[in-house]
Amino acid sequence: MKPRPLPADPMVRQLVQQARNAQIARRTLLTGAGAGAAALALAACSPGANSAPTAAADSSDDDKSLNWDNWALYIDVDDAGNYPTLEAFTTKTGIKVTYSEAVDDNNTYYGKVKDQLALGQDIGADAVCLTDWMIGRLIRFGYVQELDHDNIPNLANLAPSLKDVSFDPGRKMSVPWQGGFAGICWNKEKVPGGISSVEELWDPQLKGRVGVLSEMRDTMGLIMLEAGVDIAGEWGDDEFAAAIDVLKKQVEDGQVRNIKGNSYKEDLVNEDTLAAIVWSGDIIQLNAENDDRWEFIVPEKGGTLWNDNFVVPIGSSRKKNAEALINYYYDPHVAAEVAAYVNYITPVVGAKEAAMAIDPELANNQLIFPDATTLDRAHVFRALSGAEEQKYNADFQGILLGA
Amino acid sequence: MAFAAFATTAAKSGEPAPRRRSRVALLLLLPGILYLVLFFLTPLVSLLLTSFQAPSEFGDVGEFNYAFRWENYTEVVGAYLPHILRSFGFAFVATVLALVISYPLAYFIGVSSRRWPLLQSVMLVLVIAPFFISFLLRTLAWKQLLSDESFVVTSLKAVSLLAPDAHLTGTPFAVIFGLTYNFIPFMTLPLYATLERLDLRYLEAGTDLYANPFHVFLKVTIPLSMPGIVAGTLLTFIPAAGDYINASRDFLGGPDSQMIGNVIEANFLVLLNYPIAAALSLILMAVILVVVSFYVKRAGTEELL
Repeated sequence: MKPRPLPADPMVRQLVQQARNAQIARRTLLTGAGAGAAALALAACSPGANSAPTAAADSSDDDKSLNWDNWALYIDVDDAGNYPTLEAFTTKTGIKVTYSEAVDDNNTYYGKVKDQLALGQDIGADAVCLTDWMIGRLIRFGYVQELDHDNIPNLANLAPSLKDVSFDPGRKMSVPWQGGFAGICWNKEKVPGGISSVEELWDPQLKGRVGVLSEMRDTMGLIMLEAGVDIAGEWGDDEFAAAIDVLKKQVEDGQVRNIKGNSYKEDLVNEDTLAAIVWSGDIIQLNAENDDRWEFIVPEKGGTLWNDNFVVPIGSSRKKNAEALINYYYDPHVAAEVAAYVNYITPVVGAKEAAMAIDPELANNQLIFPDATTLDRAHVFRALSGAEEQKYNADFQGILLGA
Repeated sequence: MAFAAFATTAAKSGEPAPRRRSRVALLLLLPGILYLVLFFLTPLVSLLLTSFQAPSEFGDVGEFNYAFRWENYTEVVGAYLPHILRSFGFAFVATVLALVISYPLAYFIGVSSRRWPLLQSVMLVLVIAPFFISFLLRTLAWKQLLSDESFVVTSLKAVSLLAPDAHLTGTPFAVIFGLTYNFIPFMTLPLYATLERLDLRYLEAGTDLYANPFHVFLKVTIPLSMPGIVAGTLLTFIPAAGDYINASRDFLGGPDSQMIGNVIEANFLVLLNYPIAAALSLILMAVILVVVSFYVKRAGTEELL
């Protein structure tokens, strides 16, 4: 039986979908009677896949506290282990913030909280910073709350290029925290000639010593840019498949040996990897720790620009407090203070001028306060639909798993 | 065997009040049974149900419905057969290597150095010592030791044992090396436990009957230490087949040496393809169960389990 096309209205669409799924579940449960009661009990426990949860009621006015989950080394810390800007925020607003470095990977964090999000439960965080594509997924599923821009007047300082992103037009649900580039880096001593494009990573001289990121959008983004695809614009299966073929060949030939997440840094240090697709912030940090051994560029044909964004999870009852926090960090002076500590790109306009007062050298670093030419080379990977995400991830993981 | 004899006498002496005892026993067993039902049986049933799910119609990433989709299993085997075979191959090689390395070691500690208890204790501590450091850290350390510019690799290249453009990390060699290294204590300890109780008079008797040392070893020592060998190989083979740390690309593996554990991890965490991951987990479990029961049957040590 061919299913009828679904109505356009999202609400009706969802109801129809739910009804259909319920039908399927009843029929199959009867045929597979062996599983019986246990199956039913378990099915009742697991969250329904298709019902969007509703936002929790806000109690910010009575509850002056906030939990913020973020990545490691992603905020200013003083020698005593305190967070100066956060303490200033508490003094200013009376909101006590519990900051935890709970995110170490988009996927594992998502795996940890997704069932609670699906049920609309509190995940123990009122503000979370996750990467663009994951935010796109959370928005698609209705797992985050809509932000009230009236509570975030400083949002006017958001960099214009980040105001309308494909996964969240108008920034209704998410606000950038920090961003960075994915580009190319090389070991200056071992690769004296340097590297200017992705194509040069496939130089036989570097065989087995090339690394790429296990983050699909960054690695595939750079390869597609090299092929002349505008990754922010219109492209589809053909462009992606062509780039997959390039990567597959290089991995199978042994040109690319290392496909890693954060751990690629160890390989750069022990020189298993001499040239690689990497993240800008890491190289600034590695260079500071290892006497400037590497050079980083955003290739002429383009690199990717990604952001980690604040969102308020659906089950949080302290959205207003979270909005106050976001507003606070969009003050250029505060943003400059954070930028002076973390090595990523701040989305706050005016932070560069404020940073000039703290440390002029910092303010002139292209990787922290990029100018127009650098920014022109950086592109944001367009938002993917659910089906695309599934297919492209499967293709990319297939290479990583050697399947 | 000797143990079986003890077991029967113990059962006989405890016969007088069987009914009351069984009730107490049941009560004592209750926490264990509850624990197993809650933390073993429930997840297992859930895993089984998940493995038959189908992607939901018009669904997004990670959305599935129960549909008794048994094709998941055939698809999984079709797509990941090399990984399944590789996992068992790696685990087998690592188990054999661990046995070859551990047996002389355990023999030395348990038999040869019986006269020097201090030496015995020191050696045992040395075998256990690596457990004091997280095995993730130890595996990371090996990644550094085997890296391209390391002493090991440069020396091997200098004596031409390794081609100039060859490398160790990210190869099947490194993965098997890591597996062997990480599981040696699990092999050594059970072997030591049986060899330590080895009655040397049997060996003497063998020599008296004109067997040469090799034959004594083959016909007396090995059969007597069979319980340790079986326990050790099981403790090594089962976790090694499902291991995903050593073969992880972040540790010693590369794209061409990924094991079944890595495939399950990628499907669960990255692809959110839960049915595929669940089907793979169950296949892994089933194959291990079959292999192990066959092995135990052949080894003739059922009373161990």
